[in-house]
Amino acid sequence: MGTNGENDGMRHIIAVLLENEAGALSRVAGLFSARGYNIESLTVAPTDDPTLSRMTLVTTGNEEIVEQIKKQLNKLIDTVKLLDLTEGPHIEREMMMIKVRAERQDREELKRLADIFRAKIIDVTDTSYVVELTGASKKLDAFIDAVPEGLIVEVVRSGPTGIARGDKGLTL
Amino acid sequence: MCSGIPEAGRAGEWAQAEVAKVDPNGVELSGAEIVVQALVDEGVEFVFGYPGGAVLHIYDALFKQERVKHILVRHEQAAAHAADGYARATGKCGVCLVTSGPGATNAVTGIATAYMDSIPMVVISGQVPTPVIGSDAFQEVDTVGITRPCVKHNFLVKDVSKLAETIRKAFYIATTGRPGPVVVDVPKDITDPNIKIPYHYPREIRMRSYHPTERGHLGQIRRAVDLMLQAKRPVIYTGGGVVLGEASAQLQELVRLTGFPITSTLMGLGAYPMTDRLFLGMLGMHGTYEANMAMHETDVLIAIGARFDDRVTGKIEHFCPHAKIIHIDVDPSSISKNVRVDVPIVGQVASVLDDMLKLLKERAPATHGASAKDQPVADWWGKIEEWRRMDCLHYDRTSGKIKPQLAVETLYRVTNGDLYLTSDVGQHQMFAAQFYPFDKPRRWINSGGLGTMGFGLPAAMGVQLAYPDAQVACISGEASILMCIQEMATCLQYSLPIKVVLLNNGYMGMVRQWQEFFYESRYSHSYVDALPDFVKLAESFGHVGMRVERPGELEAAMREAFGMKDRFVFLDVVVDPTENVYPMIAAGKGQHEMHLPPSLSDRELA
Repeated sequence: MGTNGENDGMRHIIAVLLENEAGALSRVAGLFSARGYNIESLTVAPTDDPTLSRMTLVTTGNEEIVEQIKKQLNKLIDTVKLLDLTEGPHIEREMMMIKVRAERQDREELKRLADIFRAKIIDVTDTSYVVELTGASKKLDAFIDAVPEGLIVEVVRSGPTGIARGDKGLTL
Repeated sequence: MCSGIPEAGRAGEWAQAEVAKVDPNGVELSGAEIVVQALVDEGVEFVFGYPGGAVLHIYDALFKQERVKHILVRHEQAAAHAADGYARATGKCGVCLVTSGPGATNAVTGIATAYMDSIPMVVISGQVPTPVIGSDAFQEVDTVGITRPCVKHNFLVKDVSKLAETIRKAFYIATTGRPGPVVVDVPKDITDPNIKIPYHYPREIRMRSYHPTERGHLGQIRRAVDLMLQAKRPVIYTGGGVVLGEASAQLQELVRLTGFPITSTLMGLGAYPMTDRLFLGMLGMHGTYEANMAMHETDVLIAIGARFDDRVTGKIEHFCPHAKIIHIDVDPSSISKNVRVDVPIVGQVASVLDDMLKLLKERAPATHGASAKDQPVADWWGKIEEWRRMDCLHYDRTSGKIKPQLAVETLYRVTNGDLYLTSDVGQHQMFAAQFYPFDKPRRWINSGGLGTMGFGLPAAMGVQLAYPDAQVACISGEASILMCIQEMATCLQYSLPIKVVLLNNGYMGMVRQWQEFFYESRYSHSYVDALPDFVKLAESFGHVGMRVERPGELEAAMREAFGMKDRFVFLDVVVDPTENVYPMIAAGKGQHEMHLPPSLSDRELA
């Protein structure tokens, strides 16, 4: 489900390797608020190298603003490397858990919907399902749109992460 | 006050090592001693600071040695400004030491001032002991959080074994690339005198996440040279980066080689001799007519270590509408931030200019460079001279009141142009920038980016300590000076013979000027109604105070003040309160839309 960003040129997915130091995340968050940049989502977790965190952030803006965002991110002392995934072929994935009201007449419909989206039902009660779905953010949006109105109880999304296609890695 | 009263002073093994000048590496030191020894190893002369609970261990370690001199200020803001002034005058890193909580918050204005003007500074702040961080302990604030948006970087030291390396990193980050302040927040338990570890101060530091650019890209420099050689109406526009990057010599060579006109921002004044004919004066909001008109009409703009600040560009849409722009800057994020540029060159200004000069000499060896003698540029100069004849800095020299411009010109004459001049913020700052031509870098010391009133006096302390035999003056206004007036006590304690030249007009002059222009002269709270008697005030601090009210007395009074080589003199100069700073570009206007002095404004502008 890789998107090359061309259809959606304003949206950028930026991957950043950060020193895994206390406060590194707040520097990034503070940068966006201080400079008034738009931030759609931000995810961060340690990598295989425990001294490094990898952050994925999604932002929108015209080319000049995104260029400036990348420069400002690079300027942070904790930033080790940065890659704008949307500049090349890449794979985007986001994970969602969605709790839906699943009562008599809706249970079959929701099950079928989950199958169509290749989602998994990972929790079942007499009146609810928890559905797990992974994919590009647009696919997750589509699933939410497809759930019949009024059945959604709760939506949890991880925010997108991404990786470039090909043999090169964003590593040290 | 925090727990843990330090033991009464006794000479530890570290103190003995100090006396014997033994290599401190490997010696067991406490965290407090590590802080001090690290400063010694960095070659720090002065620490500007103020003690308090969280830094008492460090102060005790300072007490037991003599190599780092501590200067006790009277407010932490002044500690930061003094360290900043020291750094601006010397090019070395300024250092200050403040306690936790209010010590740190008081320093924030000074840190932000240094950040906006890219001044290398290391601030060591005390913090409450690690076990109580986050518990709203006495004098606790989240210093790292509060300072984060106004520092180049900051650290919270959580382990004494990381202390020396962290301080080394702080100095490395503060002084390399685009310089800036770095805060090192040190919890009190990290400086515990009873916990000693082997000291090792790393000489070399490598950080995988920080690689400031040195050399500029040669291909880009070549493109820049091509553009310059084709230019018909070139302008060189320089900023504080030339001063910070020690590139004054290269800049002068470039200007002489090309014969191109040069203008400078407030921060860059002195990097090129302001008395030279090729210098058009400062540009921007209060820049000269010729500089701003040249910017408006230029076809090739060479921006060097300048950041296209809004006070320079005016309305962006009207900025240099005909120009191809070359931009040399050490910070990639400065490039195309406000104004789109055609040839960006990221690198240290001095190194880029070296490469540029080499290429220019290769490309145009016959004319010894570029196109000064070429007809188009000669025509360009003709036009500039026409603008210059406008005499945009004209003022009434026959006035019965002291004009602030006259005061600055007199200051120039009395000091023979050989002066370190610090400034506060407002009309006096602009008058000084317009009427005191600095011929050397690092002589003009003012808060450009943040515009911090109260900066001038403490900054002058840092300068005077760095150069005890030099003439140092602070030009100020009666509103600005009161913001850090307490530092007159510091000046007495350390016998700093600074001269304060107060342009006293009874108003916050620049605020009053804007109210006159843009608020139909409703002078809302810009009149300072209850001023102290500055002469008595200076005397009460143990200094000399003088007051001048008539133009005829001005020069003699200044000569008398500067004649007192070993005294701090406060010269209260009563100036015409109605005087405005001209030319002026109103906010949101283009560079060619200047207000000129009323005496000239019948000649309307382009």
